[in-house]
Amino acid sequence: MSADRERREILIATIADLLDGISHVAVGASSPIPAAGAMLLRARNELGGKPAVRISILGSQAHNFFTNGGIELFDCAAQGRVDAFFLGGGQIDGQGNINLVGTGDYPTNNVRWPGSFGSAYLYHLIPRVILFREEHSPRVFVPKVDFVSARAITPEVPRRGGPYALLTNMALFDFDREAGGFALRSVHPPFTPADVKENTGFAYQEGEMVRETKRPDAATLALLRGRIFDELAETYPAFARTMMQAA
Amino acid sequence: MTEIVALEALAVRVEPGQSLAIPVDGSGVAMAATAALLEGGIRDLRLICVPISGLQADLLIGAGCIASLETSAVSLGEAGSAPRFTAGIKSGAFTMRDSTCPAIYAGLLAAQKGVPFMPIAGIIGSDLLDVRPDWQVIDSPVGGARKVVVVPAISPDVALFHAPEADRAGNVRIGRHRELADLAYAAKRTLVTVERIVDRNLLDSENSAAGVLPSLYVDSVAVAERGAWPLPLWDEYPADEAEIARYAAMARSEEGFRAYLSTFLTHRKQVA
Repeated sequence: MSADRERREILIATIADLLDGISHVAVGASSPIPAAGAMLLRARNELGGKPAVRISILGSQAHNFFTNGGIELFDCAAQGRVDAFFLGGGQIDGQGNINLVGTGDYPTNNVRWPGSFGSAYLYHLIPRVILFREEHSPRVFVPKVDFVSARAITPEVPRRGGPYALLTNMALFDFDREAGGFALRSVHPPFTPADVKENTGFAYQEGEMVRETKRPDAATLALLRGRIFDELAETYPAFARTMMQAA
Repeated sequence: MTEIVALEALAVRVEPGQSLAIPVDGSGVAMAATAALLEGGIRDLRLICVPISGLQADLLIGAGCIASLETSAVSLGEAGSAPRFTAGIKSGAFTMRDSTCPAIYAGLLAAQKGVPFMPIAGIIGSDLLDVRPDWQVIDSPVGGARKVVVVPAISPDVALFHAPEADRAGNVRIGRHRELADLAYAAKRTLVTVERIVDRNLLDSENSAAGVLPSLYVDSVAVAERGAWPLPLWDEYPADEAEIARYAAMARSEEGFRAYLSTFLTHRKQVA
């Protein structure tokens, strides 16, 4: 249980680092770890006297300032007022395309996931999209997705949005929009670059030295286990409870 | 004028074969009215989730009430995937019309404005364009040369949602949940269940009027206490997490789903 908590705490702290410098981050449905990362960034900036961060968490009343209904997040993104967002995927391929629909033949997919949500639209419009998927396995990270819910690169239309990084249980990758693929940035302890290679079904760039993902420091952990999990409990009660019980 | 009727009378306003628009969990889902629809054995609904759904869609799918489903996702949120939706996809139990959230809002907006389609940013490159032949990519008729996606208007036969209160004239308080107004503007008929009817006029002050859907857009109102249960209703009650988890576990099998459905309908009757 505590190994699981530590793993999640590394992910949350890494997300807060990836968000550094943004002024508005939105978090979609069923995303407790990204929501916690966004809250950590907000709290850290506030305590460190850095510029304030706005957070919009879908499904939250307390951490959501929208007043124009469900459409407002999408309008806001179209206006360039959302700097960062998170997308996942049942499958993610080496070109950064994501599949939230299913595997096998559409429409009677033998594995069916919930659906594309806002991905097909938001991927075009939000500059810093962080791909987040905990499971790191060859069935998730495939050479080519079975269904493209949202495409990473579309030279045929102008766009400001797209993938910025990919974060998993094992590693952190950067996305290179020029090259159209991922590059391994760091590996979370106790995993090695060889573990990452073995569990990734697509090709990616890897430097000579791959560093270890930074573990959160004591101050970050104290903030997480106190204020952040408290804030998170309003939208994600089950997740916050599990994290606090483990602490 | 808006009629104020009993819950059962409101539910029979939804007819087999109609398109029915419902809001996302947490916005104000009319679960008591859904129980009444299930009780009445409604069939062949063309369900439109604005822009996603969870327990409500899964119940209607599991009970065989749906002919087609237009949605951007079906999920039980923290309780996991929607089991009857997943099973129904595999068996081809209904026609699936996959969408993306802002495309559903854009379709409603087109209906709201009385135009046949609405242009929308993004989407290009997505396989959704292959599975939605009714969506098109056009050359922008104005400004610099560029491609843009257009989606057809969505005008549901019926919109159905739940809210805290209505006044005697049928004005409904929707707070900042403007998506409920989007549903009502676009729909041919809007049915609303509420926790209570209040004697004061909700349009009396600027303060209350700002969060109100005027009765012009509301056809029928019925009182249904705890009418969103087990889903949450903003400012009124949280989700019944244990009940939703119980559903998620039971609905994994067809028999389990039937057993859940039967206790759900009994429970709803006891509340009423």
